Parts: sequence; structure tokens; C-alpha cells
Amino acid sequence: MPLTESLRDDILAAVPSLRAFAISLSGNADRADDLVQETLLRALANIDSFQPGSNLPAWLFTILRNLFRSDYRKRRREVEDAEGNYAKTLKTQPSQNAHLEFEEFRAALDKLPQDQREALILVGASGFSYEDAASICGCAVGTIKSRVNRARSKLAALLYVDGAEDFGPDETVRAVIGGSGG
Amino acid sequence: MKDLKSQASKNTTPGKGGLTPEIQSRIGHQLRAMYDDVVRQGVPDRFAELIKKLDAPGATPQVENDGGTNDNHGRD
Repeated sequence: MPLTESLRDDILAAVPSLRAFAISLSGNADRADDLVQETLLRALANIDSFQPGSNLPAWLFTILRNLFRSDYRKRRREVEDAEGNYAKTLKTQPSQNAHLEFEEFRAALDKLPQDQREALILVGASGFSYEDAASICGCAVGTIKSRVNRARSKLAALLYVDGAEDFGPDETVRAVIGGSGG
Repeated sequence: MKDLKSQASKNTTPGKGGLTPEIQSRIGHQLRAMYDDVVRQGVPDRFAELIKKLDAPGATPQVENDGGTNDNHGRD
């Protein structure tokens, strides 16, 4: 359909959650905004292929997700950059404790396999149904459900299992992967 | 206090995938807090301008100007 004013408004309205999705995926605010920009340009260039009345956010998220995946194949994520860079994007600085807890959570999220991370974010934070998340990721609904469950279990193991803080993040994830992978 | 404690211990019964409901909700809460922090930042100018620019006359053809002077207009 052509880019009507109301469609443009709807795209604009989706930008905040697109950014949240991009930052959650990439862990890097600058890169996330590049991803959002590229997503918007692609969406506007291909607006004719958008089916009126279908789920616009899901369509935009699909574009962003695919861009991120193809980008990811080209260059590895700069994990060590994630912490500091992300904190800068926060408008209100959380209290010291909350901030630490937040950084731990962010680091744990970054340790998840990409499939699981995106499934968890789409369902647990973006609020998509399992069906929409499955169509965004191009897989079966059951696959999304099991990815979300595995993501939750892994996060719980990384964050809340006794003694996990005694390890560095890398050792923790190795222990978790080693422990559940056998 | 006792009530709270017994409630808490109910909440620590492992559910699906060995997760207690308490941990499940804690993960959900942290995930949404992280996400919503960004959502609350709204639309940065950069993107508002981008979309506005692409929508400006010249970027997409506008038919409703003063009507009739366009060559394309009398096609049908």
C-alpha cells in the first residue's frame, strides 16, 4: 500500500519499541540506532509489499530482526562493549544497586544463544504472541515456546543459582552450557 | 510475617523447566524494565526527521496540489 499519513504515523509510533528490540538484541545503543534507521529505510522503500490491515509492528520487527541476523554473520558482536555503552542510553540513572542488578541481567542476556534471546525478548518484553513471534523469526510456534523456556532457564541459572556470582561471566556460561548440554 | 513466609515458600516450588514462579516473574520483570526504559525515550529526532523527509513532497508524488497542471493528470 502507498505511504499514507496514517501509515507513516503508525511507523513512527513503532520506533520506540523497535529501538528497544534493537538494543536488547545487540546490546549496543549506537548499533541499535543504525539498525533502526536501516529498518525504517527498508520499510519505506518496500512499503508496497506491506499488506494493509496486517500487523505493522510484526512486519517492522521482522525487517529489523533479519537485518540484525545478516549483520551478525558479518561481524561478531562486541560483547565487552555492551555494558558501558548501554548504560549511556539510559535517561534516568538507576540507583547503584538497581544499576548493578541491571548490568548483571544485561550481561546474562548477552550470554544467551541468539535464537533464544530474540524469542525471549519478543514474547517476554515486546509482548508479541507466540504466533507473531514465530512468524517474525520464521519458525514454528512450538520452536518459539521451547526457545523461550530454555532462555528463561538459562537466565535463571546465570543469575540466581547459588554461587554463580563466584564465577566470572564466561566461566558461568561455560558451566551452564556444559552442565545442560550433555 | 508468617503468612508471607509460607506464601514465599509456595512460590519456590519449581515449575516448568525447573524454574520457580518467583524466578520466572523476576526474569520477566527485569526484561521488561530494560526494554521499557528504551521505549520511554520515545522517538529520537533523528528518526522523526527521517520519516518526515521521506514523506515530504518531492520524495513521494503528491496529486492534490492545485490539480490539472500535471501532465500525468489527463491520462485516463
